[in-house]
Amino acid sequence: MAVSAPTSRAHPVQPEEQLRYARLLDWGTRVGLVMLVLSFAAYVSGLAESHVPVQRLPEVWQHPVAKYLELTGSPTGWDWVALIHRGDIAGLVGIGILAGCSLLCLAALIPLYLRRGDRTFAVLCAAEIAVVLLAASGWLAGGH
Amino acid sequence: MRAWVPVACGGALMCLAGPADAAGAVAGGPPWWVWPLALFVACFVMGIVAVPAGIGGGTLFVPIVGSFFPFHLDFVRGAGLLVALASALSAGPMLLRGGLGSLRLALPLALLASASSIVGALVGLAMPANVVQILLGALVLGIVVLMFVSKKSEFPQVERPDRLAQALALHGVFVDGASGRTVHWQVHRTVPGLLVFLGIGVLAGMFGIGAGWANVPALNLLMGAPVKVAAGTSGVVLSLVDSSAAWVYINRGAVLPMVAVPSVVGMMLGARIGARLLNVLKGSVVRRLVIGVLLFAGARALLKGLGVWP
Repeated sequence: MAVSAPTSRAHPVQPEEQLRYARLLDWGTRVGLVMLVLSFAAYVSGLAESHVPVQRLPEVWQHPVAKYLELTGSPTGWDWVALIHRGDIAGLVGIGILAGCSLLCLAALIPLYLRRGDRTFAVLCAAEIAVVLLAASGWLAGGH
Repeated sequence: MRAWVPVACGGALMCLAGPADAAGAVAGGPPWWVWPLALFVACFVMGIVAVPAGIGGGTLFVPIVGSFFPFHLDFVRGAGLLVALASALSAGPMLLRGGLGSLRLALPLALLASASSIVGALVGLAMPANVVQILLGALVLGIVVLMFVSKKSEFPQVERPDRLAQALALHGVFVDGASGRTVHWQVHRTVPGLLVFLGIGVLAGMFGIGAGWANVPALNLLMGAPVKVAAGTSGVVLSLVDSSAAWVYINRGAVLPMVAVPSVVGMMLGARIGARLLNVLKGSVVRRLVIGVLLFAGARALLKGLGVWP
């Protein structure tokens, strides 16, 4: 560990890939949060009809998820996309963007690493993308 | 005062539905909108105290909401993951730009932890609720013990990096804001670190609980990263790990926007206030308060799981 004396120099510049990742992550998060709030506002204000009526929620949200799905006929896996016009289901768009925005950030790093000959980190990015995609695919969770 | 404007807006958002659906109450219970509103307020308070207490909001969320709100633990864990994810995503860009979060250090650790978090999420959703409650209670009480005994090393001495750390070039540089010094850091014990993160991923997925409480000691005390780099990199790791686990919960239908959105918004607004109050509130007092609340929530989860305090 090397600690230099206090300096008035500008902050050290971080690696290019780190700055690119930060920039994309920043935008992905903003878009996700805006979508989250807008869709929720439409949902609770009644602008968009809900798949599960809000009045019914206190009866069903106390059950385990399997029972909840049985009682409400709510979708699993990617079936929610077909019901995206429903207020409660539309909330999953913002949630999906937040849970998926790292994919774009990681994908944007691969050409950068390859150009520099850093194949190990290009492979690490590709592997992380594969893991998130596997989780998102719904195969492991038994979704459709 | 400007900081309170978004809070008022958030509360107003929750109140939008109130008058329209006041009839929507379970027989004898409060109307439906009371719970998300209470959740928003609770998460806002948790967000405020989480920053000065030096603990992730996600760590507070699952035990407290799981113990004192009517939602099933499946939905609480799904929302907990999103709370931790949104917080990590929001902080990530700033940490990476300032060098406090290292993408190079985060990537190998996050890869293993992401994969194991999927396993944790699948196992957690398959387990009976009472077993999850018991394990959650034990984990939360374990976190309390960790908060009591864990020491931090601001700038650990790493004489030389191990071979894997050298091969992966796991080192970096940042300017310490407190002292103005430029700090060059490197890490060691990379293989044990990777194994520890494999276990951390399982816990993160299984309980939907932010894993900063485990990430920071592993990066700082085990691998030798400076404490600020450990905290920053922990956020970057969490943003990837919680993404994987969150997808499992989404695919299983265990993410209810009515539970997740007020939690995420409340926690993020609270954290902004908490960051502003960092110099006003006495950190040690808030930390003791949080430990007390966690102790109570952990005991409650344990007793709830055992059927002693349903």
